[in-house]
Amino acid sequence: MANLPDFNSLQNENLFKSVLKDKFARYAFFILLFLYLTVFLASFISPYTKDYSNRNKAYCPPSKIYIINEEGKLSLPYTYNYIRYFDKENFETKYIEDKTHKYRVKYFSKGESYKLFGFISFDRHFYDVEKNGELYLLGTDINGRDNFSRLLYGGQISLTIGFLALLVSFPLGMLYGGLSGYFGGKTDFIMMRIAEAIMSIPSFYLLIILASVLPANMTSIQRFTLIVLILALIGWAGFSRVVRGMVLSIKKKEFVIAAEAIGASTLRTITKHILPQTLSYVIVAMTLSVPSYILSESGLSFLGLGIQQPDASWGNMLKEAQEFVNIISRPWLLTPGFLIFVAVLSFNVIGDTIRDVLDPNSRER
Amino acid sequence: MNLSGYVIKRIIQTIPLLFLVSIISFFLIRIAPVDPLAELKLNPSITQETLDYEVQRLGLDKPIIVQYGLWLKSFVKGDLGYCTTGEKVIDKLKERIPNTILLTGFVIFFTWAVGIPLGIIAALNWRKPIDRLLTILSSIGMAIPSFFFALLLLIFAVKTGWFPTGGLTSYNYSEMTKFGKMLDILHHLILPVIVLFTISLSGLQRQMRGNLLDVLQSDYVKFARAKGLSETKVVYKHALRNAINPMITLLGFEFASLLSGAALTEYVFQYPGLGRLILEAVLKSDINLVMASLMIGTIMLVIGNLLADILLKLADPRVEAA
Repeated sequence: MANLPDFNSLQNENLFKSVLKDKFARYAFFILLFLYLTVFLASFISPYTKDYSNRNKAYCPPSKIYIINEEGKLSLPYTYNYIRYFDKENFETKYIEDKTHKYRVKYFSKGESYKLFGFISFDRHFYDVEKNGELYLLGTDINGRDNFSRLLYGGQISLTIGFLALLVSFPLGMLYGGLSGYFGGKTDFIMMRIAEAIMSIPSFYLLIILASVLPANMTSIQRFTLIVLILALIGWAGFSRVVRGMVLSIKKKEFVIAAEAIGASTLRTITKHILPQTLSYVIVAMTLSVPSYILSESGLSFLGLGIQQPDASWGNMLKEAQEFVNIISRPWLLTPGFLIFVAVLSFNVIGDTIRDVLDPNSRER
Repeated sequence: MNLSGYVIKRIIQTIPLLFLVSIISFFLIRIAPVDPLAELKLNPSITQETLDYEVQRLGLDKPIIVQYGLWLKSFVKGDLGYCTTGEKVIDKLKERIPNTILLTGFVIFFTWAVGIPLGIIAALNWRKPIDRLLTILSSIGMAIPSFFFALLLLIFAVKTGWFPTGGLTSYNYSEMTKFGKMLDILHHLILPVIVLFTISLSGLQRQMRGNLLDVLQSDYVKFARAKGLSETKVVYKHALRNAINPMITLLGFEFASLLSGAALTEYVFQYPGLGRLILEAVLKSDINLVMASLMIGTIMLVIGNLLADILLKLADPRVEAA
């Protein structure tokens, strides 16, 4: 930690402004803002609810939306339903548009009711289609569920799980590193060896083993919570080592000695006087580690060990893309992968910019 | 301190580390309320003798501390028990470990061969268009989920038919000549190597660039310039040697992240490596296999770090064992 930047030189408000001055960081910020807003309003924006499934339309291709009708004139957007038929020559199920009936796209219309933000009863959807019409912007999956709707609901999980894991792993790492650095000596030695041991286990191996231990008969909320905890268990050890290094130097400062002298308890000295000094570093480290949590969750769910069906997450939606038939003839199933990529890229760009702003001497970028 | 003394000291340091890891992983796995032999018992081809042998070996009728001791003893002796399929765990590992080392070896070789020069180019052209371009490319490389990239390459392989879609060998591998076998394996390695290469290249390139930029600002480089050395000599004789040293430490970390990252890539490409082995073991709750591959993975990681440390000592004799 030789050239640890002086993080306290900037106020948080200035930090935000300086970060947004960077062109790329600004784009990234607005992309993330858009993504989070969209998934936050998932139940309003998506035309179908989480549990909607049309068993007759498995792997239906994306609906085409027309704004120019057969006579070549501009018209309000409409779409056709798909009909499924079996191609006896190639032994394939195929879809063809049923051009006999148009279905108009409707906006802000009444549809299936849902709870907005989890508690407001509401039944308007941003877009929908006339009665008996089917509008699958990004096609459907094996169970005939609308891919677009699931993408939004899945985003709710994939984009928040990283933050939740951070909220567990960083306090844990700070406290562990704080205690270790504060006590020093034998305690420090033992605590750091344990942290090193955990760091020595290949993290993804540890992740899948922990995830596989989870019993199968859990509710989705229990499972979500436990996945958050497991993800949190991965990153804290390396982080605690850095905090410990900082605490070693902070604990010799006068204000710590003063706190001890007036009789503050050990835990109070550590949490109220020492750890706040490391906070700026912690913020940077947190921003930089969000993407890795997003990637871990998606990898875990991709393997079927993370978020389970019927819940959606970007990782478990990609699970279907493992089959050759799917990736060749049903490319819409790959959309969650692009979203993971965009989200992770945006977080990385913002993280890099924050580090740049806080540490102008470093020429990392 | 001389080199051999340093090596011995570092090796001795890893023993308690491995011991701790074994405790952590043993108890972690045994938290699960799973009978370690449940799957084995369901397999009709497993004889009662094998089952009894396993109960004996693992001491399943004894308290958990004793079980740990017995497990450790047999692990050190190299007896890792049986998989649920009835094969010996050790044979399975012997088959998979070389494949993983082959894959990661190729990846590390290529990332270094490409990443270091790219890092140098970026640093020497600091804030010029080529540097910006490389920064953007490395950001993209860092953000692609490995399994997603692997899937995209699979589509490419299926559509073009240029590459095999998985595995390590073709179906007619056994009939090939020695040279043909080698080509076949290389052919199968290309796609997995591309995935892991892309992902680890970005980090390496950035690190090298940062290191070189730091070194180029140091006093001795300024001095070298002041005494009138040519820029080439300043960069390649003075700056580069010092910028490379921290990279060697990174080699160990890179090996670690490759072990983890390879698991998903191996899974998508059906590559018979350690990562896929542990994944399959976990999915089948094959406790013996999980335990053994977790330990072996850790040992490989520790050895990787050890080798990196020794290399660093060779490159920079000032380094002392911590």
